[in-house]
Amino acid sequence: MTFEQLRLDGVSRSFGTANALSGLDLAIARGEFVALLGPSGCGKSTALNCLAGLLPLTGGSIWLDDARIDGQPPEQRGFGMVFQNYALFPHMSVRANVGFGLKMRKVARADARRRVDEALRLVQLTDHAAKFPAQLSGGQQQRVAIARAVVLEPPVVLMDEPLSNLDAKLRLEMRMEIRRLHQTLGLTTVYVTHDQEEALSLADRLVVLRDGTVQQIGTPEEVYAQPVNSYVASFMGYRNLLDVTVTGAAGSSVTVEGAGVRLSGRGSLAEGPAKVAIRPEDFVIGDAAENALDVTVEIVEYHGRELSISARLPSGVPVYFRTDKRLAPGDTTRIGIPAERVLVFEP
Amino acid sequence: MTAVASARPALRHRLAERGIDRTLLLLVPGLLVTACLFLYPFLYGLQLSFAPRQGGIFANYARFFGDPYLRDTIWTTLGIALPATFINVLASIPIAYVMRVRVRGKRLLTTILVVPITLGTVLTAQGLIMYGGPAGWLNKVLTVLGITDEPLPLIHNYTGVLLSLVITGFPFSFLLTLSYLSGIDPSLEKAAATLGANGVQRFRRITLPLLAPGLAITFCLSFVMAFSVFPSAQLVGDPANETRVISIAAYHAAFEEYDYSMGSAVAMLMAVVMLIVIGLVMAWRGTLYRGATGGKG
Repeated sequence: MTFEQLRLDGVSRSFGTANALSGLDLAIARGEFVALLGPSGCGKSTALNCLAGLLPLTGGSIWLDDARIDGQPPEQRGFGMVFQNYALFPHMSVRANVGFGLKMRKVARADARRRVDEALRLVQLTDHAAKFPAQLSGGQQQRVAIARAVVLEPPVVLMDEPLSNLDAKLRLEMRMEIRRLHQTLGLTTVYVTHDQEEALSLADRLVVLRDGTVQQIGTPEEVYAQPVNSYVASFMGYRNLLDVTVTGAAGSSVTVEGAGVRLSGRGSLAEGPAKVAIRPEDFVIGDAAENALDVTVEIVEYHGRELSISARLPSGVPVYFRTDKRLAPGDTTRIGIPAERVLVFEP
Repeated sequence: MTAVASARPALRHRLAERGIDRTLLLLVPGLLVTACLFLYPFLYGLQLSFAPRQGGIFANYARFFGDPYLRDTIWTTLGIALPATFINVLASIPIAYVMRVRVRGKRLLTTILVVPITLGTVLTAQGLIMYGGPAGWLNKVLTVLGITDEPLPLIHNYTGVLLSLVITGFPFSFLLTLSYLSGIDPSLEKAAATLGANGVQRFRRITLPLLAPGLAITFCLSFVMAFSVFPSAQLVGDPANETRVISIAAYHAAFEEYDYSMGSAVAMLMAVVMLIVIGLVMAWRGTLYRGATGGKG
């Protein structure tokens, strides 16, 4: 089944009076990898379950080109899904798990066998075909789950935090694997995660959600470099969020004051309260041309080549930055930041 | 600390390594009760059954199998207990399947289904007589409506005992089945759905195979309860003929003929028949997948 566009039109889902997802509009092109990103409870899993057909909508519609599919049960939609807890059938061998969907679709036995072999080879589990899920490691289990979903060559693959149950090293490996599979098979993928690094590294496009509403849709680069509000910024690693007041504005550059400092930054706001967002890694140590801040180092975390430092401004407001200079708690230092890296948002 | 003591860990630690420590004392009350109330009476009954009033040590057993009036109680009892158990287990599957998820009125329905378990057989039999007897509501209504010409024979026969066993046995097997079903990870069925399995296929391929070992246990426990049927066979059955179950034979021997030895022999045979059935069911269970079902308990 080929299609050009999967379209979500005002997709909403409420549980009682609580809106888990309100009015999600999204058009996904064939072959695209879209990540739904947000903290738990933001509606990203709800959106995925609505797409899979596991959860009926309370509003809106879902379209595959010109066919409306939100009334179809999951077994007719035929979207592949990878679950957070893998959801492998414990009483079936790896081979039977991967072949389950083909069997349900009454694919001829020889053809099914060939496709299962192919899928197992793709996830490098050929040697484990006869094992049962309980005999596999977490990463292997997740690879079975992925093989099970992609063996059907579904129009859309849905992934619900597939890496969150794995340890850090395995997570990196599996992330590569998923990226590789997407490059090889080109399957349209909707990927749900709360990890911004995962979303940035995997997706062609990101959808940042908060309390069931879309905050920003854009490429990883757009969302990373130009978050539309302080919420997205905080999620994208802008760890320093200061409450300030805009004292002067000229075009896209503004001057703000607050927390006992004065900063110039980027934004288009009138005078009044605002929020400043700065990445820890954007600070530079030493006499900077712009935005010089004097801070006292409080906590130093070792991160290999870099140190992650928590310091305080003279006003007592905490500032986080990263540096390769060896600082110790109690040191005072001057840090600076270019004005174009200081993002100013509405509070 | 002396050198010897530090080379060898203390006795307490060495015992603890083998799982022997003071928590084992928690077993004492249970073991005492088991020994006094089960083990001793059982062994006493066993030796009593081999000490008949007349004849050799196997005389009681020879008499049981030689006398069709006694021997056939085994088939009579199986003829009641097996259908009742099948009905209870099979009926509890669909209901538990519906109730495994959040449904409106779940608590009320569960309460209604489980209430009979609190009533006890005698009260149930009483109710069955009032409701299903020749002058009971059911027959009155059916006669008034002209559906039947004469009262349906629902009690004081095989049907009465079967009904009573279903009413008292169903809640038990329902609760057990429900707990086994709740132990199966619901995302397995969701996964099957996304792989193209419809409702029937999901049940047959995923839920049922994972539930089967639990159903075997449910079957065994329900069967044991049904097999030892006594009050309902007396009260709503036909204890002289159609529902002369094995426990009635044991009662008859022990408390009407005052032949405790024979009574014990019948009771021992009762246990043997139950163990055979349980053994067969457990042997079948042994062929199934019995690992984790992914649920959260």
